[in-house]
Amino acid sequence: MKVILRNPRREVDVAGNRRVKDILRELDIIPETVLVICGDDLVTADQVVREGDTIELRPVMSGGGSFPR
Amino acid sequence: MKCRKCGEPAVLELRRHNAAFCAPDFLEFFRNQVREAIRKHRMFTRDEAVLVAVSGGKDSLALWDVLIDEGYQTTGLYLDLGIFEYSVESKAKCEKFAAARGVPLIVSAVRDEVGAPVPVIKEVTRRPPCSGCGLSKRYLMNRVALEQGMPVVATGHNLDDEAATLFGSVMHWQTEALPRQSPALPSTHPKLVRRVKPLYRLSERETAAFAFLRKIDYIVEECPFATGATSITHKEILSRMEDASPGAKHNFLFGFLDRARPAFERAESVTLNECARCGQVTTGTICAFCKLADQVKRRQGDEHAHHRA
Repeated sequence: MKVILRNPRREVDVAGNRRVKDILRELDIIPETVLVICGDDLVTADQVVREGDTIELRPVMSGGGSFPR
Repeated sequence: MKCRKCGEPAVLELRRHNAAFCAPDFLEFFRNQVREAIRKHRMFTRDEAVLVAVSGGKDSLALWDVLIDEGYQTTGLYLDLGIFEYSVESKAKCEKFAAARGVPLIVSAVRDEVGAPVPVIKEVTRRPPCSGCGLSKRYLMNRVALEQGMPVVATGHNLDDEAATLFGSVMHWQTEALPRQSPALPSTHPKLVRRVKPLYRLSERETAAFAFLRKIDYIVEECPFATGATSITHKEILSRMEDASPGAKHNFLFGFLDRARPAFERAESVTLNECARCGQVTTGTICAFCKLADQVKRRQGDEHAHHRA
């Protein structure tokens, strides 16, 4: 799947069907610092994102990016 | 994950509330938190005109959205800071928001009021950009409200903003700043309007989710000068604590407001005067805003003379 990150904007590929919480852990991002957006929806940490999907991890902090753990 | 209220699939988990919500129930939760803030601190009534300071970001536009829906008489105030493409884009977001909802928006440019935009003020003062920017914003918000006959300014400060400010004040034991940190600051002078923060009960993630679910077109890439700012570092530290212990930020801020803040309130109050130059409120003779404008003017005069020489 394609994962879009912001500030600065970049994309990374993550292989396979994965739970959101596992994707965040793999990318070393604190869940509280991002919204996880799939299409027009927000998705929770327990949901599974499929191989062909695109998700955006949008930082919620004014002026900042997503934080590493 | 299921919605705590209706059992439908949830779109957002709020660990600090040990809850998850579907979109409609989250929007209602959010509005209830704003209603509670306004009620508890008697921020304003439906008979009062409220000046909402908007930046084009998620917080201030989410706030304006709720207040409009709740039937308050609002006018937006956008302060054009002159920070390159960021200001161009954020102004466009505010104008689009106001036009779509048919609500008035006042635009005031720091360039016109101080004599230079924020990036130039930063060079002239040789201080962090947030310093001159914050000073100009506080001054202009109050002055515009007075000019418009509005008794109160509402800003989009959220729980994370407030917790980070408190953290910074405590780290330096700025005891004079602690009593001023409040969701609602009363008017202490005829030329000072009330300042209120109706989003103080809501986290940054909650305001971002609200803005997204309400399809508010806000500026995601925020101010370029924010990178490296101390407040961002404080937010980062607090987010790590929140991750390890959900509710940490809430407990820090609300514990302060409920139990510690009164201890820092001084018996004697400072004397407020009117600035000899502009007539706005200051503790000295000339206010900090006029001093800043003088500094900008002097520097520009020097440069002008230099170019002629």
